[in-house]
Amino acid sequence: MARVRGPFDTALPPVAGWLIPVLSVMAGSLLTLIPWIASFPVLPPFGLLLLLGWRLGRPNALPIWSALPLGMFDDLFSGQPFGSAIFLWSVSALIIDLLEQRLVSRDFRQDWLLAAAAIAVCIIIGRLAAAPIEARVDIAIGLQIIVSIMLYPLTATLCAMLNRERTLV
Amino acid sequence: MAAREGSRNRSPGFSRRAQYGLFLGYVATVAGAVVAGVILLVSTFDPRTFTSLRTVAAELTTPVASAASFISSNIRMIPNTVGDYFALKQRNEGLRKQIENDLALTQRARALNYENQRLKQLLNLQERSSSVVVAARLVSSSASSTRRYAMLNAGSRQGVGDGQPVRGPIGLIGRIVETGPNTARVLLLTDPESIVPVRRARDGVPAIIAGRGDGTLEVRSVNATNVEFQPGELLVTSGIGGIFFPNVPVARIISRSRDLATARPLSPPDTLDLALVEAAYLPIPDNDAKPR
Repeated sequence: MARVRGPFDTALPPVAGWLIPVLSVMAGSLLTLIPWIASFPVLPPFGLLLLLGWRLGRPNALPIWSALPLGMFDDLFSGQPFGSAIFLWSVSALIIDLLEQRLVSRDFRQDWLLAAAAIAVCIIIGRLAAAPIEARVDIAIGLQIIVSIMLYPLTATLCAMLNRERTLV
Repeated sequence: MAAREGSRNRSPGFSRRAQYGLFLGYVATVAGAVVAGVILLVSTFDPRTFTSLRTVAAELTTPVASAASFISSNIRMIPNTVGDYFALKQRNEGLRKQIENDLALTQRARALNYENQRLKQLLNLQERSSSVVVAARLVSSSASSTRRYAMLNAGSRQGVGDGQPVRGPIGLIGRIVETGPNTARVLLLTDPESIVPVRRARDGVPAIIAGRGDGTLEVRSVNATNVEFQPGELLVTSGIGGIFFPNVPVARIISRSRDLATARPLSPPDTLDLALVEAAYLPIPDNDAKPR
């Protein structure tokens, strides 16, 4: 009978412990492989959404430095200038960690707010780094930010479901 | 012993090993972020710096994207095929009528073409003709990014090289910017950093088409005089700059304005269509070939 691992059970097997979170974030980054030629930025950054889902929902699943290699993987497929996801993802992870140390209580809406701020900052700074100021992408970027923020609960739920799989005894 | 799931790992207890591990994690992340900032600056100023990494990644994943594109294009073709079958007879009649109507026009065009060739011979004009390098498919794009790139499932093994223009069945799509053995990255017309020299098909007024990033194009007149653009006007490549062959249709104006107009690309690139890679019009000579 499968049940969720409790505090007195044996430790997680190391591979299942980190492989599921890592593979899920990488799969999110690989969504740009879908056969579709977009004419403006529409696809939400699913890699970032899943990383935030893991870091905010299950902080022990991925170490904080994992934002570096996962960001590099995302940079290989996103089309943004190389280094932008490594930089933005690791800085978001660090800032979220700093803020969480000062927060007293925890609930999902607070996580959502933190994720929303991280998503907006990452997309806006990514846009400034990738395209010249006069490019008319701001409306599309705004829509992309809104859609991504609305999708965060979904990816957080996905992380929770995957975490359940991960921690079953 | 792993830490309890769902709890913070911030107070690792008295274990020195856990304390150092946590501390080193933060140090590594901060250092990595600083290095990444430098990498980002470098790649903003010179986007070609990390081409090889991206190319390797594309080589590994583009077969997956190609397969996905193949499957989805076949599925999307089903409704069309069914519709075609039933509309065939009607369409046949319509086409026959159209051929009859166009006959006079074709004859005239043939005569003009013949005359044109004779005049060119008289002038002793040298013409370079466009040559298709390979026909391939665009299989995926940078849908989450501010930049507009597409992946082509053909590369240097098929003769594709940096700077070659890519055109669709109707009009220009973009040009190759990065090439791997079996894949290439195409900078689409709509990318904010894409620029194509064009001229108005009607009277040859020169202009420049720049991408805006939102699917439309900006048309800037090059002439000093006031040029008025009307909706529906066709813009074709002018051949200036040596990359794009002249007279390839590029875009159509969508709003009336002076000197600075908005246009829409003629062929919104689609994974369904074939993309033709052509040799560059006048390729840039190699550095070695430069006179000393």
